[in-house]
Amino acid sequence: MDLSNTQAADVLQLTNIHKAFGGVVAIEDFSLNLKAGEIVALVGDNGAGKSTLIKIISGVHAPTSGTIAIDGKETSFKDATEARASGIEVVYQDLALADEQAVYMNMFLGREKTKGPFGQLDRKGMVQETEDLVKELDVRIPSAKTTIRNLSGGQRQGVAIARATHWATKLVLLDEPTAALGVAETAKVEENVAALKERNLAVLIISHSLDQVFRLSDRICVLRRGQQIGVRETAKTDKNEIVSMITGV
Amino acid sequence: MQSTMQKLRQLNLSQYVVYIGFLLIFLFFAVTLGNDGFLTQRNLTNIVLQTAPITIMAIGLVFVLAAGEIDLSFGSIVAVAALGSAVVLGDYPLFVGVLAGLGIGLAIGFFNGVLVAYLRLPSFLVTLATMGLFAGVARSMTDLRSVPVLNESFVNMFGSGSLFGVPSLVLWTIGAVALGHFVFRETKFGAHVLATGDNARAAQVTGIKVPHVRLLVMMICGGLAGLAGLLYAGRLQAARYTLGESDLMTVIAAVIIGGTALKGGKGTIIGALVGSLMMGMLNNGLILMGLSVSDQMIVRGVIILIAVAISLRDVNN
Ligand SMILES: Nc1ncnc2c1ncn2[C@@H]1O[C@H](COP(=O)(O)OP(=O)(O)OP(=O)(O)O)[C@@H](O)[C@H]1O
Ligand SMILES: [Mg+2]
Repeated sequence: MDLSNTQAADVLQLTNIHKAFGGVVAIEDFSLNLKAGEIVALVGDNGAGKSTLIKIISGVHAPTSGTIAIDGKETSFKDATEARASGIEVVYQDLALADEQAVYMNMFLGREKTKGPFGQLDRKGMVQETEDLVKELDVRIPSAKTTIRNLSGGQRQGVAIARATHWATKLVLLDEPTAALGVAETAKVEENVAALKERNLAVLIISHSLDQVFRLSDRICVLRRGQQIGVRETAKTDKNEIVSMITGV
Repeated sequence: MQSTMQKLRQLNLSQYVVYIGFLLIFLFFAVTLGNDGFLTQRNLTNIVLQTAPITIMAIGLVFVLAAGEIDLSFGSIVAVAALGSAVVLGDYPLFVGVLAGLGIGLAIGFFNGVLVAYLRLPSFLVTLATMGLFAGVARSMTDLRSVPVLNESFVNMFGSGSLFGVPSLVLWTIGAVALGHFVFRETKFGAHVLATGDNARAAQVTGIKVPHVRLLVMMICGGLAGLAGLLYAGRLQAARYTLGESDLMTVIAAVIIGGTALKGGKGTIIGALVGSLMMGMLNNGLILMGLSVSDQMIVRGVIILIAVAISLRDVNN
């Protein structure tokens, strides 16, 4: 690997992404670059195409045309597993946690640690790593062995973000991570998101809360009915401008 | 203190229903039937021997239910596998007969599995259809005739034999429970089964090969039903199309009472073992009490209802 090149290239480069579902155009000619340690917010009304875009980046949908490059290298993920393998993690709107399983099993879902000649699950090791991680991220849960079902919405989202933090090496995509949360829980999740930036990960976050977007992001990208209206530096714009970009008036 | 309280609240009753129920039923029969031979070693051993095929099927069903699917066809698989094996044993040596029985079970499980995992047909409907289909196959295979099993080593291995004084049916039960428990509790595959049944989409996006898991659980259930067929054929020294016919309710009840969730994501092999022993004990006790067959069915049905209701209580609220 050419290190100088990797450092120079943006973590994520989307170029002229186009996506149609049958006759319905969901994304039209979308281009965006993301750097390491940068938080970009993706905003737009319901049905604008935000979730679709995240699914394209994470390998759930293939773009109809256009290219995706990771660290300057063009890629096309066959499925979410491949995207995960390249260090891209997603925190979904409707989570993606197995409710009846313990926190630590969810943390290692699909990538369980094993030991011994028969490939036994290394529960102790997974519990330990989970305890360390939730402590570090200050996700307050009773224990790593707690069943997800017994956690609050904020705690669950904390677990989902902790999981993404643990496995992401490049990019974290968050689709409305605080949509169902109260004020205090939202604040906690925002701290967790800010911590991703500290770890030099690139972050793309979808949110309907402009207050949140202005608190967290470095740049704001606006979508309206599949069209990319524009990208603004958060420090150089205000809510009025973003609102009029979202609504078109 | 606080954490103890929390732990207590998180313990759900359903996990222990089976053990409490087992003890209560045992005590009840021990008191009421103590003089009618219930407590004799012979009778207790008999319960375990008779339960062996039920336990083996229950293990398969735990995998299937935990993965969020169901299999209604295992009873028919038992009959086809037992008949297939018995017919083959007429002309071929032991291991060919064994392979035939297990192979039939795995093949039908594979058939179910492909329809469920790759065509995404609901397992309830798929196995409801294959239950009927293979019950028909079992009837037509030998024109309703039963097939005697004369192969002595087969009968020893799967029926009346023993090793170091332990009956072979007990050995099969212990072996299957131990292996099943290990795979279910201690391996990645077991974790993937639970995740698939719990939240298939979450499992999918974390890279678990969900269709693969679904196919495998159906095959495990089919294969174990095949083994149960061999055990029936070994114990009765004959195979007949009726084998396994009436086990559906017993096995499902054993598994659910044992603490496995009907909606997936939760299961226990040990619980299923105790559940199936409890069902065996119930059968045995009701017979010893001198109940008529129809009364036995009614009482058993009521007791299963009560036990299932208690087992599922905490799932509903
Ligand atoms: N799998 C699909 N098949 C067909 N159409 C789809 C599919 N997924 C999304 N769409 C369509 O694409 C458009 C964009 O949907 P998307 O879910 O990306 O919106 P969104 O911006 O995330 O909206 P929201 O804020 O409500 O979550 C919508 O018109 C939607 O109906
Ligand atoms: Mg959306």
